[in-house]
Amino acid sequence: MSIFVDENTKVIVQGLTGRQGRFHGLRNRDYGTQVVAGVTPGKGGTDIEGIPIFDTVKEAAAATGANASFISVPPKAASAAVLEAAAAQVPFVVCITEFIPAKDEAMVSALLRRDFPGTRLVGPNCPGIISPGRCNIGITSGDIALAGGPVGIVSRSGTLTYQALYELSQQGVGQTTCVGIGGDPVPGTNFIDCLAAFEADPETKAVLMIGEIGGEEEEKAADFIRSYVSKPVVAYVAGVTAPPGRKMGHAGAIVSGSHGTAKGKMDALRAAGAVVAKNPTEAGELMVDLVAHL
Amino acid sequence: MDLFEYQGKDFFARYGVPTSSGSIVRNAADAGDVADSTGYPAVVKAQVQVGGRGKAGGIKLVGSREEAVRAAGEILGMNIKGHVVRKIWIERASDIEREYYASFTLDRGEKKYLLMVSAKGGMEIEEVAASDPGAIVRRHLDPIDGLSVEVARQVVEEAQLDEVAREPAAQVLVKLFDAFIQGDADLVEVNPLILRPDGSIHALDAKVTLDDNAGYRHPEWEAYRADMELDGREALARERGLNYIGLDGTVGIIANGAGLAMATLDVVSQVGGSAANFLDLGGGAGASTMANALEVINTDEKVRSVLVNVFGGITRCDEVAKGMVEALGKVELKFPMVVRLDGTNAAEGRAILREHESERLVVEGTMVGAAKVAVEMAGKEAK
Repeated sequence: MSIFVDENTKVIVQGLTGRQGRFHGLRNRDYGTQVVAGVTPGKGGTDIEGIPIFDTVKEAAAATGANASFISVPPKAASAAVLEAAAAQVPFVVCITEFIPAKDEAMVSALLRRDFPGTRLVGPNCPGIISPGRCNIGITSGDIALAGGPVGIVSRSGTLTYQALYELSQQGVGQTTCVGIGGDPVPGTNFIDCLAAFEADPETKAVLMIGEIGGEEEEKAADFIRSYVSKPVVAYVAGVTAPPGRKMGHAGAIVSGSHGTAKGKMDALRAAGAVVAKNPTEAGELMVDLVAHL
Repeated sequence: MDLFEYQGKDFFARYGVPTSSGSIVRNAADAGDVADSTGYPAVVKAQVQVGGRGKAGGIKLVGSREEAVRAAGEILGMNIKGHVVRKIWIERASDIEREYYASFTLDRGEKKYLLMVSAKGGMEIEEVAASDPGAIVRRHLDPIDGLSVEVARQVVEEAQLDEVAREPAAQVLVKLFDAFIQGDADLVEVNPLILRPDGSIHALDAKVTLDDNAGYRHPEWEAYRADMELDGREALARERGLNYIGLDGTVGIIANGAGLAMATLDVVSQVGGSAANFLDLGGGAGASTMANALEVINTDEKVRSVLVNVFGGITRCDEVAKGMVEALGKVELKFPMVVRLDGTNAAEGRAILREHESERLVVEGTMVGAAKVAVEMAGKEAK
């Protein structure tokens, strides 16, 4: 099994006629993903290498029975694209778009919560999701993933996601699903959503979690791990030595207190029972070791 | 983008938040005329993008032309937490009855906006947060609902602002919220938000961070951007479209992806070195991007070695290697370089680089191995 997607997932690509959308959408299809339709307003009736294009998500979903959408459109159009997919009752949406204003993300998140609770959004600003051998939605290179499990991966960082996949695959340790949740302020899917899904997935035997400085999602994930995750977790948090940045004002410090630093996050995860690595390479090694003893 | 106080006040004024008018001065000699036209008593305030300038002596009250010129001379050039003061703001001093605190931010965890108000404003607000957290009222706002004047009234009452201040403060909070939303700010903070003897509410300070991603809908931000002060390296990096932050170490860092760049800094420090910078190439690191990155690092006098850490996902390592060889043809490096390539087509990429391998260009297969070599090189070069 896998989480969120599998070999039966049928994917619409919103923005398939754009340069990025076309490149990644076709790569996803080449990987074996069922890419059944594209959506670009005004280009309905045309096709991209045999994939039919529709004007709206609603039409595309009705015609093809799609149950997922991959959004690759510019930041100005991304919020409307997510809401269009949700309004068409598409249950699973991956948005890779980078540079979306935070206010737009907050509003989309609030509208999904209120009006479209049946839609799960992954991203924005994320690499997407891959269940090796079954389905790949997004920009992850399928070559670096290995089918067959037993590891589930959830990561806030793009390149570190690839790095984690690659290091495990090189050692012959496969993955059930790898979710890149993205590092934006208001992600649609967070660590806890993925940890809960991995905990419930019988095929996943261990979870590799990759966090970053900022926010308090890792601390919340640590609380969740302590109470609800029975499977072993290996974690890495990037940014122990990260530049402090030009922090202005006190509001951030008042909100997060000691939260938000890499050290605080690692301490919280360790205290919750996770094995904490000091760099991504060590995270891979620790997981390979752990899997060998399962 | 973090605004200077004077820019923040301009930003507030656009949305009707009351602030004092004043002028920017860059030379102490000009301070006299400006203060004369402002009227006395006047306040001379350092313009730096960091908090705590009051405690550092960067704000002075002056009663005469001579005092204004003297204060300007003392403050200009002052170093406040690593920020050199290049500009001062002079405004008429305000009569202050009470000092409050107000801010709006996004609470990522709650996925809602967060309004904070306190009757205990002033310089020590972080201490208030630690010692008397109840004195800061926090109210989460759903993005769909926004902030109504009714909710603003409840909050100022709960925060126990003086009764006379409540209605005008509620009105100012609504305007401040407009600035936060319509102005696409990540943060607006006023400390102190003052009550004046005439019963009016006034923003005596302005801390504003704008959301760079929303820049496309705010052409008016160009004026703020033009006034930003970056050190030479950072200015060059911005001009070249690189995500760069200068640090103080000796190992220059180039990586693709912010997460990998952060991890690279971590590993360099774990093997006993210190990074000279954070530099994220972004996706698809071609020859010109790589050449730009090397040029920026080349201008850093402290750098003794450079570590290139690339993980090929979409980016293919053979293309990165070709780009690097081409870049090395364009840029004459002052320091030796270690390259770690891994991921898609890594073997092909390393083979391309090996043809150019020397004491000045070393190819490594792992991140930790590469970091060790880079730190060793930096040590040798320093001698």
